[in-house]
Amino acid sequence: MWNRTHARALFSTLIAVVALGAACAKKPAPQAQTPPPPPAAEPPARPTVNLQASPTFIQRGQSTTLTWSSTNATSLTLSPGIGAVAAEGKQTLSPTEATTYTITATGPGGSADASVRVSVTVPPPPAPSAHEPTLQELFDKEVKDAYFDYDKADIRADARDALSQTAQFLRSYPQMKVVVEGHCDERGSTEYNLALGDRRAAAAKQFLVSLGIPADRLETVSYGKERPFCSASNEACWQQNRRAHFVMGK
Amino acid sequence: MKNVRILYPCLSVFIFGLICVFSASPAAAQDWFRTGTGLGVSKARVAVADFAPKSPAAQPMAVEFSDVVRNDLDFSGILDLVSKSYNPLQTPASPAEVDFKAWSDGPASSQLLAFGSLSADGSSLEISAWLNDVRNSSLPPVIGKVYRGAATDAQVRAFAHQFADEIIGKLSGGLPGIAATQIAFVSNRTGNKEIWAMDYDGENQHPLTQIHTISLTPRWSPDATRIAFTCYAQPGSSSVLTAQICIYSTASNRLISWPRFQGTNSSPAWSPDGSQLMFMSSMYGNPELFITDTSGARPKRLTYSNGANTSPSFNPKTGQQVAFVSDRGGIPQLYTMNADGTSQSKIDLPDMGYVIDPAWSPNGQLLAFSWRRPSGNYDLYVMEIVTHQLVELTRDAGRNERPSWAPDGRHLVFESTRTGTRQIWSMLADGTSARQLTKQGQNESPNWSPK
Repeated sequence: MWNRTHARALFSTLIAVVALGAACAKKPAPQAQTPPPPPAAEPPARPTVNLQASPTFIQRGQSTTLTWSSTNATSLTLSPGIGAVAAEGKQTLSPTEATTYTITATGPGGSADASVRVSVTVPPPPAPSAHEPTLQELFDKEVKDAYFDYDKADIRADARDALSQTAQFLRSYPQMKVVVEGHCDERGSTEYNLALGDRRAAAAKQFLVSLGIPADRLETVSYGKERPFCSASNEACWQQNRRAHFVMGK
Repeated sequence: MKNVRILYPCLSVFIFGLICVFSASPAAAQDWFRTGTGLGVSKARVAVADFAPKSPAAQPMAVEFSDVVRNDLDFSGILDLVSKSYNPLQTPASPAEVDFKAWSDGPASSQLLAFGSLSADGSSLEISAWLNDVRNSSLPPVIGKVYRGAATDAQVRAFAHQFADEIIGKLSGGLPGIAATQIAFVSNRTGNKEIWAMDYDGENQHPLTQIHTISLTPRWSPDATRIAFTCYAQPGSSSVLTAQICIYSTASNRLISWPRFQGTNSSPAWSPDGSQLMFMSSMYGNPELFITDTSGARPKRLTYSNGANTSPSFNPKTGQQVAFVSDRGGIPQLYTMNADGTSQSKIDLPDMGYVIDPAWSPNGQLLAFSWRRPSGNYDLYVMEIVTHQLVELTRDAGRNERPSWAPDGRHLVFESTRTGTRQIWSMLADGTSARQLTKQGQNESPNWSPK
């Protein structure tokens, strides 16, 4: 209730102030009496100027020709960067970026100007040709290693899938030769692991042969525990090292 | 002479000592215990005097000679070396200068004294060395030797090893000393695994091969003139390097050509007469054992199994039995067979677990191997072939693998990870006196030269 009363009072005050302001603005200014102008002499002709560019679109490195003509001008200035020019003329330029050329004609009758814009397009960099994967990249992507259980050279279910995918790839490159490397984890003797790695490589090769890959495309080598993929002493690492690894033949 | 003669049984008692321990401990297979050498027999107490330099310039070589002899005698395990700090303050250059009483009384309390003199005139070296019974001054020297050669440190060490071997031979009743032997091994210290060799005490480590691939499993020929090993080489027209047998001549310091076979070929072992090599090969598919003459011609297949067969070791005494590793039963275990492949049978041990690296002792009675029992790490064991009694040689000291016997049958060299890296160690065959021989890089697969 108190608020409403207060607001109403404020509103009344505002009305009063506005009304007072309007009254002030309407107060009439005193009028000065001016004499009519004398008749003027014939004025000098105004200069005219014309500027054209041909072509107006260039690629960076190409050139364009500016052509201009003028009347009633005593001096002509072409900008940017060129300066005084004759009343008529042409000039070949190779702007490196879009430029608006302006020619200003000045004479006794005043001045005039004309402008022309030359657009410069930057040639696109040679389009990146669509990336063609190399054979090695395809090999690395498609060929899957086969992993083995501890002390075993039997083809597990997951190895079966991996080798089937490998076989599919090898079928599409019938000329390709492949080295099948047998690897083992660090447990057991050097000698025993050389033998075990040999059995793993042979088992992987045998499986590929059973899928139709000719045996003479597949060479085996055992590295035992001599070329580990992973060097920690834990099962995750050991599993990485128990495998038949494929390398594209030379 | 009489006193010395009494000492002869010491060494033969060593082997008997081991066997006595085996037979006296029927529950030995499960128990951890240590054996002693020469049990119940007091060992000869030997002092080595500092050798007398004939000139001030010869002093360093005289010190080195004395130290090497002391080290060799100490490591022999067959005698009781008098601590150098107990030595009387005299350096006798000849028998006439020996103060017998000073050496036989306490604290030295020695029975025998090695002493002598060394002269080096810049280019030539002459060492006079004696071994005397100091408890009986009327006896002639047990050993009196003169060594002459080039005045180099290597020659001083070589003569010291020879003299130590003379002493050990006398005290052991004829068993060979090993101070002049060598150990072949694999080291990666150049970046690739190559075959290296060193003196039996770890001195003079040097590479033999520079093949720059992977070289493994060196084995000395019985006459110590060649080393057969596993190398990676091209078989025939293939571009792929595969495991092959290579042979290095220590006489001509070069590789001797040997046939290449299909598949993986590794782990060569010489027959004790040096006429044949047994090795693992997958030339026909599965990794099996083959035997061939030393030319490598017409290898004959010995095993037929579904598993891997490798790591052959001949009985050096008979040449007729071979121990090897096979996983035909599921995991790697020890088997024996005749050298012609007949009579293959498994060696039954009280636990399961990996059993690898068989090494037959020179006298044919003991088999050393590495065994990872279900409860433990890879540890070295010695088994008496006849009774299957076991002695555990290592425990709680990293992985211990690849034992190889010294020709005296009383020392083993092996690889151990007990320092955190894989290194070569030697010890007495009862598991005592372990010594680290290599420190640089990773070192493995030691093989003690037969002479």
